[in-house]
Amino acid sequence: MTTMPMIESDIHPAVDNPELPAFLPNDQLPPFDGDRIIQYREALREAMSEEMRKDKRVFLLGEEVAQYNGAYKISQGMLDEFGPKRIIDTPISENGFAGMAIAAAMTGLRPIVEFMSWSFSFVAADPILNNAPKMLYMSGGQFGCPIVFRGNDGAGGQLASTHSWCVEALYANVPGLKMAIPSNPYDAKGLLKTAINDPDPVFFMESERMLGDKAHVPEEEYYIPFGQARLAREGDAVTLVSFGRPVNFCLEAAETLAAEGIEVDVLDMRTIRPLDIESIIERVKVTNKVLVVDQSWPFASIASEVMAQICETCFDWLDSAPARLNTADVPTPYAKGLEYDYLPNPERIVDAVRKMLG
Amino acid sequence: MTQATAASSEHTQMNTAKADSPASGLAPTAKTATELPKEVLVKWLYDMQLIREFENRTMQAYQQAKIGGFCHIYTGQEAVAVGTIGCTNSDDPVITAYRDHGHALARGMSPESCMAEMFGKTTGCAKGKGGSMHMFDRPNWLFGGHGIVSAQTPMGAGFAFSEKYQLEVMGIGKKKVTLCYMGDGALDQGCFHEAQNLASLWDLPVIYILENNGYSMGTAINRHTANSENLIDRAKGYGIKAAKIDGLDIMNIYNEFKPIVDECRETSRPAFIDLKTYRYQGHSMSDPQKYRTKEEVDTYKDKDSIAKLCSDLMHMGHIDEAGWKSMRKVISDIVRASVEHAENAPIPEAGELYTDVYANPQKNLSPTATYTHGTKNPLM
Repeated sequence: MTTMPMIESDIHPAVDNPELPAFLPNDQLPPFDGDRIIQYREALREAMSEEMRKDKRVFLLGEEVAQYNGAYKISQGMLDEFGPKRIIDTPISENGFAGMAIAAAMTGLRPIVEFMSWSFSFVAADPILNNAPKMLYMSGGQFGCPIVFRGNDGAGGQLASTHSWCVEALYANVPGLKMAIPSNPYDAKGLLKTAINDPDPVFFMESERMLGDKAHVPEEEYYIPFGQARLAREGDAVTLVSFGRPVNFCLEAAETLAAEGIEVDVLDMRTIRPLDIESIIERVKVTNKVLVVDQSWPFASIASEVMAQICETCFDWLDSAPARLNTADVPTPYAKGLEYDYLPNPERIVDAVRKMLG
Repeated sequence: MTQATAASSEHTQMNTAKADSPASGLAPTAKTATELPKEVLVKWLYDMQLIREFENRTMQAYQQAKIGGFCHIYTGQEAVAVGTIGCTNSDDPVITAYRDHGHALARGMSPESCMAEMFGKTTGCAKGKGGSMHMFDRPNWLFGGHGIVSAQTPMGAGFAFSEKYQLEVMGIGKKKVTLCYMGDGALDQGCFHEAQNLASLWDLPVIYILENNGYSMGTAINRHTANSENLIDRAKGYGIKAAKIDGLDIMNIYNEFKPIVDECRETSRPAFIDLKTYRYQGHSMSDPQKYRTKEEVDTYKDKDSIAKLCSDLMHMGHIDEAGWKSMRKVISDIVRASVEHAENAPIPEAGELYTDVYANPQKNLSPTATYTHGTKNPLM
């Protein structure tokens, strides 16, 4: 038998010995609030840079990530620090470079593939859906695929139909992959660090509209475990379940409702696969009412899945039918006002909650 | 000792012999095939006949409904897999499409494991989870067996990228050449053009081996790709070294292909090879072959690559009629034993459905499934 420096001995393959970072329970993670205020994009950069300093298997590739310093400046300065062999500008060939990166992951490297937008990932649908999540299974456990695909997801700013895709419902349907959708800078860093270390393919959803959001991000290293939701706001009237950018809409709506004396929960799922159904059940037992807020289309959406799981697991705790609030079921419009109305915006959330409460 | 064990131990001996021969650890250094040691040349004949016989039994088992799904037979193309793999080192990555039994055997996968995979048994290379189109063999650096036409071509660039990255960034490994096989149907997929562009742009040591059997399923090459008589100019358009090689004569394959492998390893530049070959069977087992004549098939059978090598070796005095007969007998026994093995091997237990989905199977990954770690396949 031949020696396989990469696959067998020198470096642990993802399959045989997944080296997971030390995960802390939620209550031992560094404080969520603080005064080290940085942008969401900087938090992503910090996550990648910290992992790349520690682990030479990790590299970043994508369109404009190197010399241009990132189409959205997420990877700004990384070329200077890590050089062109690890921060790699690709041609506009998603199918080609995604497939290439998957092969690199099969041999033990840890690629981070940046899609400028998840809207552009469809031309790479075959490698990212047919190869990455199925490789371990169809090879009978011989080859894993420790890879992160990340990029902007959902409506940006008036980008119209083809550039505003929310891909989570389409992609989360596939077993073999994991999916994380951070709603804030703190989670962006902690979840991305976990994603890079996970031995399975992780689909990581960011949002162009959140990249400039500022919040406290601890300087220290921390890993947010997948499958643990965060109760972003506690109430008693209704539990709002959300993930990604709409969590912020929920928090805004919660403020408006609080002024009317209605206190709602906002539960940020953080990851879709795995989905922390226990935390949802726990809150449903308190509020007995649930509204799922999701920035993708309603038909067969993540909201549909969450509602189905709620009905399967805690139906008896519900005082009324679970409800969902999605984007309008139309292609994404260009006009500013139409785009706003299309999204599950704070006003729509407030209306939906009022309707639930009669 | 039962016949099966005897045959299987004989195969093991052949494999051991292979491990000591230049064809295994290090690629042969002879300039022309005729200068290669007798053992190497005879092993080529053995491997080609093994594939031929294995595929005969595969078709039989398929007709008996012991093998399911899509099954693509390699018969006729044996010289390509054996000849090209014979020019590489045993730890050079290899990836191919769904017509993959020949590459798996040429790479050294045991016939038992290959056959058991098609029978959907636990001793199959993928524990019965992949089937005919997904032959994976980690110890032999075979990365599949891929079902979507041309999906393997960006991945071929990826293995070359990975080996180069390990050498240049991590300071481990060595200079390797990746072989990426493809049928002529794969020429027409966009991702192959993306792969060529990336391979050339980034100096990736990958060789695309076009197994040009003239048909993209049932569509003849002049009906499915433009300028089909001159495919190598396309690769040259990407700045990739390209050559057209007669794929029916293994000696010729070695003579033409070995320098290309050596150059690719040395310069880290990709290459594209148009290897003209022919498949004797249909596209898959369910192909009635209305698109070609029996006469056309017979023309190629008259130029059979195994018969050609056998006659060359007899001419050279490397094998005689008796030797050839006994080799065929050994192979026949080994292949029959592989079928017996596959018949008798255990089917996957029900719990196997939920293993090997995730390397880190956390809870709540699915509303209906609880995933667990898979067990390591003892044969892999």
